[in-house]
Amino acid sequence: MALLKLERISAQYPGAAEPVLADISFSLGPRQLLVALGPSGSGKTSLLNLIAGFVAPSAGEISLDGVAVKGPSAERGVVFQDDALLPWQDVLTNVAFGLQLAGVPREKRETKAREMLALVDLAGFDQRHIWQLSGGQKQRVGLARALAADPRVLLMDEPFGALDAFTREQMQELLLQVWQRTAKPVFLITHDIEEAVFLATDLILLAPHPGHIAERLKLDFGQRYAAGESARSIKSDPRFIDTREHVLASVFSQRGVSREQHA
Amino acid sequence: MNSYELPDTVAPVEKSPVTEAHWKLSTRSISVLTLLVLLGAWWLITAVEWIEPLFLPPPSAVLEKAWLLMTKGYMDSTLWQHLGASLQRIGLALLFAVLTAIPVGIAIGHNRIARGIFDPLIEFYRPIPPLAYLPLIVIWCGIGEFSKVLLIYLAIFAPIAIATATGVRTVDPTKLRAAQSLGATRWQLIRHVILPSALPDILTGVRIGLGVGWSTLVAAELIAATSGLGFMVQSAAQFLVTDVVVLGILVIAVIAFAMEMGLRALQRRLVPWHGQSH
Repeated sequence: MALLKLERISAQYPGAAEPVLADISFSLGPRQLLVALGPSGSGKTSLLNLIAGFVAPSAGEISLDGVAVKGPSAERGVVFQDDALLPWQDVLTNVAFGLQLAGVPREKRETKAREMLALVDLAGFDQRHIWQLSGGQKQRVGLARALAADPRVLLMDEPFGALDAFTREQMQELLLQVWQRTAKPVFLITHDIEEAVFLATDLILLAPHPGHIAERLKLDFGQRYAAGESARSIKSDPRFIDTREHVLASVFSQRGVSREQHA
Repeated sequence: MNSYELPDTVAPVEKSPVTEAHWKLSTRSISVLTLLVLLGAWWLITAVEWIEPLFLPPPSAVLEKAWLLMTKGYMDSTLWQHLGASLQRIGLALLFAVLTAIPVGIAIGHNRIARGIFDPLIEFYRPIPPLAYLPLIVIWCGIGEFSKVLLIYLAIFAPIAIATATGVRTVDPTKLRAAQSLGATRWQLIRHVILPSALPDILTGVRIGLGVGWSTLVAAELIAATSGLGFMVQSAAQFLVTDVVVLGILVIAVIAFAMEMGLRALQRRLVPWHGQSH
């Protein structure tokens, strides 16, 4: 099974005084849902772009199953925050897009795309236009499109950040169901603390100046949800609340430190 | 938002806005009314003979002449043949311009070297009025059909190439990244993401190009041609056949209007997502 490995990754934009990320190492394997949580400026989007291959690290190595990552590839599927769907195609063609690029015959790729639409609870939406969908539905299509190409790792760039609170909770639950069923390793970035604590099997806390890992946590709330416990019962569990408060305090203390350093 | 909100459950029922006051005219009816008033004024002025028919023939005379031109012709050719000659020139020029300007525009928008080569060339010749280099084209290529088509081609090429390059440069980078992370090659990116993204801009370029091309064509026919609408107007003017002149101008205007409307309809049909919230 897939294993994504980051070894002592640093990244620096040309001309910038300090690196955006310094000395980041972690690995991500099957049945893991790794969430990188951090305030803006902590380099979490840069981290995702590095793994996706959109930008290259200035030091260190990223590998997937021992093969070094060079540029974007269908092995690492990405779900974006804002709508990255193709408005000139209907929903089904969008979901089948990755397979179309790979040269899969129409009938086969559309069968697969319908399967993926059913997986994200959008069965019957085949012929809809993208602009007829709500924000949550668009993100479902984005997820289905990434999954249809059968990537080995799924990368999610603040996928629910632009959604309203109610839809966001629904999407979090949907993601856990999909993750449970497909068993794909997921790397997700967010600035929503509750979302991070709820979803993650592995939580890494990023702190800025330069972006580095301040804390690592192993959590099991998402697994509890996947095993059948209700989301409300998990989120009102004192242990969940304690963890959330701990992470919150940790984020604020990091911020405090960085402010003092800058003062 | 609009009626797309309820796609297949409810057939979009045309509801007239009841809240709007009844006496309020739509913009379209105001436009139609303006045209009718102008036509009426034309008829009135000529009917009471304020202006001599030599300078402004009455609408009825122009209509009669139109019938005559369609059946018998003027200067050895019927109105249809003049119109056909003009349309053939612009059609050929447009075809070649679309076939060459879109690839060049994509290259300019996509590739640093292509931009370096084509950008200064296009920006250099684009501001020159085409009629200014018509004499040079005539010296090089003679006065046959080829030089007229070449002239119009050059007039249409620049707006399409520039609009295409703009469209390519403003492609949403997230869409490009999404396609790359689905395994798109460079060509697949162009084919599946860049070209459709740029299509609204390309069509706008074609609209502008056709407008420029049509006026260039008519002007070129005024100067050097033995057929075509411009030639018809020019030769009629030399013999003070004012009704043919007026008719020719009206036909030229109607064709330009029809091309514009046709392209707008094409734009709505080909790029229905354009202007939708997405």
